Amino acid sequence: MPKDGGIGASSKRREDVRFLTGNGKYTDDINMRGQAYVHFLRSDIAHGKITSVDISGAEGMPGVVKVFTGSDFEGVGGMPCGWQVTDKHGQPMQEPPHPILAQGKVRHVGEPIAAVVAETYAQARDAAEAIVVDIDELPAVVDMKAAVKDGAPKVHDDLTSNLCYDWGFVEENKDAVNKAFDDAAHVTTLELVNNRLVANPMEPRVALGDYDRSGDESTLYTTSQNPHVIRLLMGAFVLGIPEHKLRVVAPDVGGGFGTKIFHYQEEAFCTFAAKACNRPVKWTSTRSEAFMSDAHGRDHVTKIELALDGDNNFTAIRTDTYANMGAYLSTFAPSVPTWLHGTLMAGNYKTPLIYVNVKAVFTNTVPVDAYRGAGRPEATFQLERLVDKAAHELGVDPIALRRQNFVTEFPYATPVAVEYDTGDYNATMDKLEEMSDRAGFEARRKESEAKGKLRGFGVNAYIEACGIAPSNLVGQLGARAGLYESATVRVNATGGLVVMTGSHSHGQGHETSFAQVVAEMIGIDEGMVEIVHGDTARTPMGMGTYGSRSIAVGGSAMVRATEKIIAKAKKIASHLLEASEGDIELKDGAFSVAGTDKSVAWGDVTLAAYVPHNYPLDDIEPGLEETAFYDPANFTYPAGAYACEVELDPETGQVTIERFSAADDFGNVINPMIVEGQVHGGLAQGIGQALLENCAYDSDGQLLSASYMDYAMPRAADLPMYQVDHSCQTPCTHNPLGVKGCGEAGAIGSPPAVINAVLDAMRSGGHDIGHIDMPVSPGRVWAAMHGGN
Amino acid sequence: MTQVTMTVNGKSMSGDVEGRTLLAQFLRDDMGLTGTHIGCDTSQCGACVVHVNGEAVKACTMFAVEANGATVDTIEGQANADGSLNVIQQAFQDYHGLQCGFCTPGMVMSAAALLKENSKPTEAEIRHYLDGNICRCTGYHNIVKAIMAASGQDVPAVAAE
Repeated sequence: MPKDGGIGASSKRREDVRFLTGNGKYTDDINMRGQAYVHFLRSDIAHGKITSVDISGAEGMPGVVKVFTGSDFEGVGGMPCGWQVTDKHGQPMQEPPHPILAQGKVRHVGEPIAAVVAETYAQARDAAEAIVVDIDELPAVVDMKAAVKDGAPKVHDDLTSNLCYDWGFVEENKDAVNKAFDDAAHVTTLELVNNRLVANPMEPRVALGDYDRSGDESTLYTTSQNPHVIRLLMGAFVLGIPEHKLRVVAPDVGGGFGTKIFHYQEEAFCTFAAKACNRPVKWTSTRSEAFMSDAHGRDHVTKIELALDGDNNFTAIRTDTYANMGAYLSTFAPSVPTWLHGTLMAGNYKTPLIYVNVKAVFTNTVPVDAYRGAGRPEATFQLERLVDKAAHELGVDPIALRRQNFVTEFPYATPVAVEYDTGDYNATMDKLEEMSDRAGFEARRKESEAKGKLRGFGVNAYIEACGIAPSNLVGQLGARAGLYESATVRVNATGGLVVMTGSHSHGQGHETSFAQVVAEMIGIDEGMVEIVHGDTARTPMGMGTYGSRSIAVGGSAMVRATEKIIAKAKKIASHLLEASEGDIELKDGAFSVAGTDKSVAWGDVTLAAYVPHNYPLDDIEPGLEETAFYDPANFTYPAGAYACEVELDPETGQVTIERFSAADDFGNVINPMIVEGQVHGGLAQGIGQALLENCAYDSDGQLLSASYMDYAMPRAADLPMYQVDHSCQTPCTHNPLGVKGCGEAGAIGSPPAVINAVLDAMRSGGHDIGHIDMPVSPGRVWAAMHGGN
Repeated sequence: MTQVTMTVNGKSMSGDVEGRTLLAQFLRDDMGLTGTHIGCDTSQCGACVVHVNGEAVKACTMFAVEANGATVDTIEGQANADGSLNVIQQAFQDYHGLQCGFCTPGMVMSAAALLKENSKPTEAEIRHYLDGNICRCTGYHNIVKAIMAASGQDVPAVAAE
């Protein structure tokens, strides 16, 4: 029987009521008295020297409050990067300055050059038209391999080249890996592109700065996944505002998918300008601005090789990847192709030797950073395409080749520096074969063929790493931040609880699922637990939500804080019951003395904590409020297997997804409804990458896909009903809930399944082309099948 | 500036607007009805769908002056008279048809328009009708289920398939 509350129940989401009635409070819904509006004048040139910015024509325009240019920010810090990668020679990456408004040069289309603050948004936009900017255009670098050739135009004049870093992992293994390739019975080689994407949360970014002269206090309302991180970065490194004078609020946020992790210029600008103009300053991104100012995702070009012995055992993997950083280093950009990608190159397999090389490259494009999965989809796509290719070259079943090489004993230390604590990859593959009805595929293929269509079946395994940690390890790897999470549990006198979490919900339903955990621990109704997030003034310092970390890290912090609450409440109960503390049991919201019928209700204990007339004041303090900071011992490792079945029209090259099955192992699950929803959304983004989405630049650095007219967002009719299952559960061994995280799996696991299926369909039509890059648009598929372009 | 008057969610509302003011801006900025969302600038995403004289309209694609004298219904007016969720809203909650909630007002308003035209739409008809509403969170699966359930069709319970 499904539970009707607590851990494991599909509790309906409490946040839905406000969203469904138009009562959500997103950043753009906040308006302040005296608020002015800013419009940014952005570069329409990818690379050039700014020779003059003449704002005189704009300053007298109707409604203009003040016009800002780069010179207004000369004494202010630039945008900081939160992760320093060390290259294979032991040298730190090249880290160029990243100004709030362009200084001297523009380096990508969309870079802000000037900002007009005016009484209305329309007036600000009108006045920006009157700013005259002279730019001497320079040749742009867009292609990564061309960017690192001798003599290529330099994005940053002060750097030695466009190479940010050349990273080798694990450098000490390189010779052994090369020897394994020399000794291999078979080598499979694959070159591929992981296409550049734009995250596109449906809510565009918004920033509203406010300054209170009476207390010298700044407040920023912003569309962020991690308001404390923004407060620290912006306060300490950009504007020089101490944290006690700076509040950052991220209220309801309309999706993030990674691109709202980062600290952006517009946030610093609005906070700065609110003080400079002495009134609130608001910026609301248009979608067109979002395409050229939100950090993009993916954009890797890779060569990967697999060595196998005579029995088809994997003996070594070697990769060579170019990773696009764009024109500047976004907040966590350097970590994505390295520590979030190289460490996952073992996948689900016991390959003993692995060497990963990544060259990160500056180009005249929008900065690239984490997008749902961040490094792990890139690793999974390479590896799972490669294994499929190897199976076909060797004439063996792709599932059998995977099973033969699966890691089956845990814990398992990979040759790329991580230790998988637990998993059962054969179990998820068994489940997948059943769900996807692989046995019935041939009959379905014949039905398609009878209609003149080709049909293909593609499968892959995946592993991901969530809740990156512990802090002392990530510090050694170059993180300039800790990766713990926090929770304060405040019990009120009448028994209700407020949990203040450093995690942030922007669609994940924390207000519901986090409450389920605390309610279960105490044995009370979920309605008695309120979750507060998204405001640095109300929550303890926390790192926010990304990398599928919230339940594994934030949930664990909440468990630890609740355990402290329960321990103190038991002391109070033992006093009230005149019994030994060791005999007190908490069940169904009441404390009882073991083996007796004596009990005291939760609410009586909480009331005693705040009205301590009958209370052990010599022993413990009044009140019932506890905080915990949780720093995990390891990552968690969700894993699973996905299958896609496509139909392909050989006349047009059109691919349709007919079936998609996902068997995931997320460890323990708090709210199955929410978990399944997370998988659905991830699948849509992964299928979108494989079938539709592509962020395209021309060779001059002009962004070609800059609106929903040009960038193909997945629509309802592009996607199927999904079959998802999370019944294979190997609980995480090192966090108190045994949870692993589910937010990114769908986006990580689905692209290779789609492409493997498309190639299978093409093979069935006599076109064995080896590989096709994403997105598999009809034109690209048709050309691949007919040898054209 | 031009004065416009319209009946919004059953109440007469007036305001002064510029010729270029969009209906979506008028509702959000002048009337304080921030449930209507703006997710793009090319009339693609559908977060701003409202009903004008009973027809689904993207409020970013109509000037406020064009709606002068019209009857406009927004997400804020969809709940039952007692404040409880209406059938479509309730189905979205029951079937987890929303996550971040940003596209949701437009989805609910489009779903209402669909069900007025077609009381028992098929899955394919729902997907086709939602072509002008983009959701980035749900992958549409549970939105489709919610609309089928709201139309009284049998749909497996959430997380029980």
